[in-house]
Amino acid sequence: MNNKYEVIIGLEVHSQIKTKTKIFCNCSTDFHSQPNTNICPVCTGQPGVLPVLNKHAVELIVRTGLALDCTINKKSVFARKQYFYPDLPKNYQISQYELPFCEHGKINITVDGKTKSIGITRIHLEEDAGKLIHDIGSRQLDYSLADYNRTGVPLMEIVSEPDMRSPQEAAAYLESLKNLIEYVEASDCNMEEGKFRCDANISIRPFGQKEFGTKAELKNMNSISGVQEALSYEVERQIEIVESGGRVIQETRTWDPNEKVTKSMRSKENAHDYRYFPDPDLVPVNLDDEFIDNIKKNIPELPEARKARLINDLGLSEYDTNIIISDKALADYYETALNTANKGAKEPAAAAKTVANWIITELLGKLNNSKLTIKESPISPENIGKLVILISKGTISGKIAKTIFEDMFKDNKDPEVIVKEKGLVQISDAGEIVKVCQEAIDENAKIVADYKSGKKSAIGALVGAVMKKSKGKANPQMVNKTLTELLNK
Amino acid sequence: MNSDIIKMTATELAAKIKSKELSSVEVTKAFLGRIKEVDPKIKAYVSVCEDYALKQAQQSDDKIAKGENVGVLEGVPIAIKDNILIKDIRMTASSKILENYIAPYDATVITKLKDAGAVFVGKANLDEFAMGSSTENSAFFTTRNPWNTEHIPGGSSGGSASAVGAMTAPLALGTDTGGSIRQPASCCGIVGVKPTYGRVSRFGAVAFASSLDQIGPMSKTVEDSALLLNVIAGHDTKDSTSINIDVPNYLSTIKDGVKGLKIGLPKEYFIDGLDADVKASLDKSIEVYKNLGAEFVEISLPHTDYAVAVYYIICCSEASANLARYDGVRYGFRADCNNLLDEYQKSRGQGFGAEVKRRIMLGTYALSAGYYDALYGKSQKVRTLIKQDFEKAFEKVDIILTPSAPTPAFKIGEKSSDPLQMYLSDIFTISCNLAAIPGMSLPCGFSQKGIPIGMQLLAKPFDEQTMFKTAYAYEQATAWHKEFPKI
Repeated sequence: MNNKYEVIIGLEVHSQIKTKTKIFCNCSTDFHSQPNTNICPVCTGQPGVLPVLNKHAVELIVRTGLALDCTINKKSVFARKQYFYPDLPKNYQISQYELPFCEHGKINITVDGKTKSIGITRIHLEEDAGKLIHDIGSRQLDYSLADYNRTGVPLMEIVSEPDMRSPQEAAAYLESLKNLIEYVEASDCNMEEGKFRCDANISIRPFGQKEFGTKAELKNMNSISGVQEALSYEVERQIEIVESGGRVIQETRTWDPNEKVTKSMRSKENAHDYRYFPDPDLVPVNLDDEFIDNIKKNIPELPEARKARLINDLGLSEYDTNIIISDKALADYYETALNTANKGAKEPAAAAKTVANWIITELLGKLNNSKLTIKESPISPENIGKLVILISKGTISGKIAKTIFEDMFKDNKDPEVIVKEKGLVQISDAGEIVKVCQEAIDENAKIVADYKSGKKSAIGALVGAVMKKSKGKANPQMVNKTLTELLNK
Repeated sequence: MNSDIIKMTATELAAKIKSKELSSVEVTKAFLGRIKEVDPKIKAYVSVCEDYALKQAQQSDDKIAKGENVGVLEGVPIAIKDNILIKDIRMTASSKILENYIAPYDATVITKLKDAGAVFVGKANLDEFAMGSSTENSAFFTTRNPWNTEHIPGGSSGGSASAVGAMTAPLALGTDTGGSIRQPASCCGIVGVKPTYGRVSRFGAVAFASSLDQIGPMSKTVEDSALLLNVIAGHDTKDSTSINIDVPNYLSTIKDGVKGLKIGLPKEYFIDGLDADVKASLDKSIEVYKNLGAEFVEISLPHTDYAVAVYYIICCSEASANLARYDGVRYGFRADCNNLLDEYQKSRGQGFGAEVKRRIMLGTYALSAGYYDALYGKSQKVRTLIKQDFEKAFEKVDIILTPSAPTPAFKIGEKSSDPLQMYLSDIFTISCNLAAIPGMSLPCGFSQKGIPIGMQLLAKPFDEQTMFKTAYAYEQATAWHKEFPKI
């Protein structure tokens, strides 16, 4: 598509911090409450109110900063960012300008098998704004409704360096960042609920040029694929302008996901002057070493460490491990399933691989088809573990396991119960198997003849006949062995 | 009897109510009666809370009758500046934009006063959003000086000062951002205290300039102010700028005297242009202190000249952000409008008065890109220098004495057309807020026309104790606090 221009992308991510209460008051942060029920004089900006900082929000942003290899500023300052909008009750947002909590970090991304480090400029803490509603269903209102439940929910803004060179890298960065934030349990990162939002700065320059080109800021992308689409569109748009002799102008553009184009919102001349100044209602936050060390000590296991553990301790392949750790919820699911499976397994190493196979090939495929995430999986990880135990004990065959899995996916029924109810216990009794095999041989003279005339593959048809007669319950290995013995007598 | 009650101090009233010599209802009715009698002339109150106060008074009397534990201000009336929120009572900040605003919660000082048993008789007038020195900037009316109703009562806590001066309340709360308690106290011949920044919670006081605002007591006597500060001082988890250190009992050291005390006289405050009556009163006061055994030391506060400029840049900058919330969207005055921009412009354009708009514009300008460093940034640096001036001075002296205001209360209308002249009314009180130290004004005489004159005491951070004992010693050696206006 383009080999003349280098693409420069930097991203600003807003991620809601997972605290029970808001950043400056005691209201709940619950996303699902009725409009304007999680509000108080403080978060609705009544006269005379003052903000009091939620310490847990600070802990979580510091934890995220540490996970992103940031320097944690011992002294941090809140500032007022001023602009008028009805979703902002004080008409200023308490945010940070100079001295944010975290600076100078980095995160690794992998695109087409190549790993690259992306710089994190800063992470700062701020309050979210409320929500304005301009329509009810399809009915356009001639006024706007304001819901202040979200006002004052803590947000961290993570600003990257302009280190990404393609929309693919931007998407990979967002995936990695989202995953890491989930690993440190600082945010749910739910994009549909607006808990993980992204603005992008993008410019192009001819390869070899040192100066950056003029950038456009893109807003309103509601998914990672949306970010990638918007950036790809913008690359084309900017190249087209430059190629036709024009100049890209500095402006803010909004992504229209229906038309799949970016549209101008405001130019640099109309950019806001936010008139930042230190918030006199909040004293500077001084973090001592003990506070930071404590957070460091209690930081949950990060993806790289988890990967090493899965490969070294459990003997998983790198391929499987990469899939499992790419999503914290999936990795947690895997380890819970494995824990259950290990309780009944003879060889833990074998269970590790079997559980991984069941989750990666069977479960993820089913979830994908049903458009469900791992968190929404109808099968609990414990039941996957139990299924693997049933297989490893030889209680059921792999083939039966697949039919049981189908049942489990419908209603998360315990596989042990399914086996009992449907009488699916595998037949491993040698006498029983010899009997059925002999019957099959007796009833299929032609196939036996084929086999004996040298067509060894004919045995497959005999196995099929045995399985049919046993309703799939005969132990396949034993059937194979017994048939071979009987036929070669 | 009523004329006796209204002349009593809060300390006396509290004792008499506690001992059942007087009932709170009786006392409250006496002050409500006094309000009915003189407030039409004085106009100190934006709202009189008659029913509310009588209900509170009855509750106090019931508690006392039952022998329950009573608060230190049980049954004692108090006037509250109308920029402090009392739940379910209208709170206007003397602005059209909040004319019909009903407070949804109690300020922390109000919670403390309720716990102490105080009775709220009314909400006192102020310059709109506490911006002014005369109450002429109130959106509703100008309060009068009880000593001469043609004169201003000072401001912005002019309603509170006038209410106490006119004996319509024995106590009042004011707020002080650049002198708004001390200057009106001086104008009305009463005591007014601005505590150390962080001593009293600001939660529930309408913010004007957050780094300077402080709530403080106003009363007829020093002892009453100390009593009131005992009630309202202390750390508050709802105010991150309130300081978590112990609060001493201000009454316990008030009578310790000034023998050997070193009092500083800053040469920058005793300037040639100082009003002759003010100067004469100050000179006599210095003699009083000398006779009490205090020593005087000339000191220098070299950055005094910059205080007014620095103050107006900082207070306007902070105010421009603090007042942004008054937009008619969620509460308060909303003009007829067609769209969002129209709504903002008309609601704020019609809702705010001229001085408030002037300060919002000044502050917006000072914080704008390209001007921030030269104005707001520079001001913060000079503010640090002013603070250091005081730190150095307090290495040499225990307390600093200055005039409270350059002139006695001027006539209504005299300066209202000249904002700069008006700004200079605060010239002696502003530095105290910038330095975050405690200060107070107490009566020290009268002008030849019979208008009260006040002197200001400034103390080290959190050393209100020294300030109170210094003021008390003077008060006991003089009789100014026993003078009452004939209104």
